[in-house]
Amino acid sequence: MEHRFQLPDLGEDAPDKAEVSFWYVQEGEEVEEGQDLVEMITDKAAFTVPSPLKGAVKQILIQEGDIARVGQTMAVIEA
Amino acid sequence: MQQATDRALEVIGPERCGYRQALETQQRLRRRCAASGGRENFLMLLEHPPVITIGRSGLAGEVLADRKTLRERGVEVLETNRGGRVTFHGPGQLVAYPIVDLTARGRDLHRYLRELEGWLLRLLESYGIGAGLNPPYTGVWVGGRKIASIGIAVRHWVAYHGAALNVTTDLEFFRLIVPCGLPGVRVTSMQEVLGRPPDLAEVARRAARLFCEDFGFADVPQSRQSERVRAG
Repeated sequence: MEHRFQLPDLGEDAPDKAEVSFWYVQEGEEVEEGQDLVEMITDKAAFTVPSPLKGAVKQILIQEGDIARVGQTMAVIEA
Repeated sequence: MQQATDRALEVIGPERCGYRQALETQQRLRRRCAASGGRENFLMLLEHPPVITIGRSGLAGEVLADRKTLRERGVEVLETNRGGRVTFHGPGQLVAYPIVDLTARGRDLHRYLRELEGWLLRLLESYGIGAGLNPPYTGVWVGGRKIASIGIAVRHWVAYHGAALNVTTDLEFFRLIVPCGLPGVRVTSMQEVLGRPPDLAEVARRAARLFCEDFGFADVPQSRQSERVRAG
């Protein structure tokens, strides 16, 4: 089953988008639930987002240095 | 204000501590906070030896001084994993690293930044300093000059890194960088504003007390901090 990994809501006062600082993982890599997937940055905060499930990273859709919006699919994880 | 029923805050410091060592301690305490389900929170109050840190959004070009000058001034340059750009830490600056669970605070990244600003405003107000904000820029300002900088990191919804307040900092050091990536920005210190040097340890004590009030923790005695910072 494919899971669409989306940028989570960062809070009401937070911006609705963030920049990909770097991916901890590469396409094809197996990940555990709770394992760090990606670090995002807003103006003054760096934020690490964990994987919501165990699976394999099938595809990374937002590259390092690019911007993702809250709710946007950033990667596809094959569970 | 939230009720601190089972959440506790341990205050560590004030004490002098190198940047790298402080970061290791922060990581260790961050893991403890996460493992405790957010019950164990910490406030590290430190003074760093001279160091320029480049945050995640910082550019190497925002360090203006050449290597020779940096060596002569005894300033180390380090990349670090907080949000924000380039800043300076050094003697006479109160560095505050709250390691707190943001789940209990509504998981709002930027609300927490605003809460840190509010805390610093109250701290300065307790010294009769009328400071303010300068949106959209994060941080605390007095008369158009920046007196405190903020940059955080968050992992598993536990925040670390934090704020740096110039108490008696030698402001000449800021000429070595573009502070916070804002060209032409001017910085100030509590000493410059007050015309006298406040005691850093007293500023730290007030900071701890006000932090407990603002963030809803019962006031706690200072921990035996030296062994905490150095252990691990």
